[in-house]
Amino acid sequence: MVPSTQKLIHTFGALADLGQEVANTGDFSEMVRTSMHLLLGTLALRRGAVAESGSGRVLTCLALWGLDEGLFVQLEIHEEDETEFLESELSALLVAQGQSAFLKRHQALLGREGIELIVPMVVQNKLTGFVLLGGKASGEEFSAEDFETIRAMVRHIGVGIHTHRLIEQVAQRAEENRRLYEELRAIYRDTVRAFAAAIDIKDKYTQGHSERVGRYSEIIAREMGWSEDEVEGIQIAGYLHDVGKLVVDRNIINAPYHIDAKLSSELNRHPAAGYEILAPINHPYADIPLMAKYHHERLDGRGYPDGLTDEQIPLGAKIVSLADSFDAMTTDRPYRRRRSIEDVVRDLRQNSGKQFDSKVVVAFARAILKELTGETKERRIIKMLGKGYLDGEQVPTLLSDLIVELDCNR
Amino acid sequence: MDSSNGATVRSHCVGTTAVVYASDYLNKLTGERIERECRRQLDSGCRALVIDFGNTQLVNSIGISILLGIINIAEKNGAQVVFSDVNNQTVELFDMLGLTRHVALARNEQEALSNLSGLNPTPTLH
Repeated sequence: MVPSTQKLIHTFGALADLGQEVANTGDFSEMVRTSMHLLLGTLALRRGAVAESGSGRVLTCLALWGLDEGLFVQLEIHEEDETEFLESELSALLVAQGQSAFLKRHQALLGREGIELIVPMVVQNKLTGFVLLGGKASGEEFSAEDFETIRAMVRHIGVGIHTHRLIEQVAQRAEENRRLYEELRAIYRDTVRAFAAAIDIKDKYTQGHSERVGRYSEIIAREMGWSEDEVEGIQIAGYLHDVGKLVVDRNIINAPYHIDAKLSSELNRHPAAGYEILAPINHPYADIPLMAKYHHERLDGRGYPDGLTDEQIPLGAKIVSLADSFDAMTTDRPYRRRRSIEDVVRDLRQNSGKQFDSKVVVAFARAILKELTGETKERRIIKMLGKGYLDGEQVPTLLSDLIVELDCNR
Repeated sequence: MDSSNGATVRSHCVGTTAVVYASDYLNKLTGERIERECRRQLDSGCRALVIDFGNTQLVNSIGISILLGIINIAEKNGAQVVFSDVNNQTVELFDMLGLTRHVALARNEQEALSNLSGLNPTPTLH
């Protein structure tokens, strides 16, 4: 019998909707439920269900209509059933005819529940699950066209479920990779910190210097609005900025007096040496070797190793440079005590635009001020500088004035 | 009146009969709202449902499936179902798919209520 035009329109409409539905990567349960309704509604079937066969041949009900979920607990699958289902592929099996060992075992149960057809969902030669279907509301037998429609729609639903599970697997692997990557980054950071500690041990007067320069650099970069990834990168650059000192004679580094020009020239090799050490390493962050190389450059061109000027110096190197100088001024050295914060602020004002970039100085001053005024709960700078160092009543005003002055001059 | 999901399904009761009004397009969203409202009416003691399709232009496959679900629920609750004011195209669809074997059709709400009052009993479900 030729299907009526209206039936064809109704079926094609449902197929088009089903195609859209299975491509929906959003709510999986909703996708299966809607797909089941589309199938039931196309042929006006009174009841039905979609079940997935998971590992251990356990059936999991994904959606059902007009049936009791408890049914699935009783439907066990044996190994031979799977073979039979794979052979029948997407052909609907009539419950009444007991067309398989599975149906023979469950015929009475399925009959009681009003299930007339079972359709195995086979995708890429694997049993994905089943669609269980009740009789037609019209009371008619299933026609050859009905079987074709069911086959086409069940194939769609099977592919939808299979695709969703694949996407889930890919997402799971991506998550595992992300975690592994995070672990690797953590290992990298820990290694770099250990390395920084090793660099500082060589200089008995500046223990913890590299660690502090890393932290100051991170704080400044965050204050300047850098991304988390960039902030992590500059923190690493801070940790490693003095790595070149490993090739400088320990006696020069530890000289308890101002060194002469010859020794100074030897010491000044360390930024370029640091670059040579860091450049061959494949760092997970950009420009770390350059930040180490240029952390003694000055805006006025009087720095080293290359005598670069303002725009030629990478911003990261300018940040590390300020962090390095700030730590040098605020920690004791063999030949002098650390300078007061008032003196340091004065130095920063005088050298902004010459040695230091004003933007970087402003950002650092703002970060310190935020800790002092309680605008941030962080106390990292205060902690690094030690108790009492920033306690002077005038300090917030000095910093505010510095910010205003440098902001105006920019 | 069902107002979940921010939309309402119009309904009212005449004795123990609930009249539920379907919207212009009976699809998943609107179908599920009608189903919820029918369940609510049956739970609150209604013994018959009139679903009025006066505003309904189109019913898709999901709508059909949901209507069959309502028929099943009504059957379990011993309630009768009448579809009223169904347009010709939808009557043809219901006929073709066999829904009219399970529900009575009425020209309008008044006729549906009259039928339910005993003049023309609804066929029982199979």
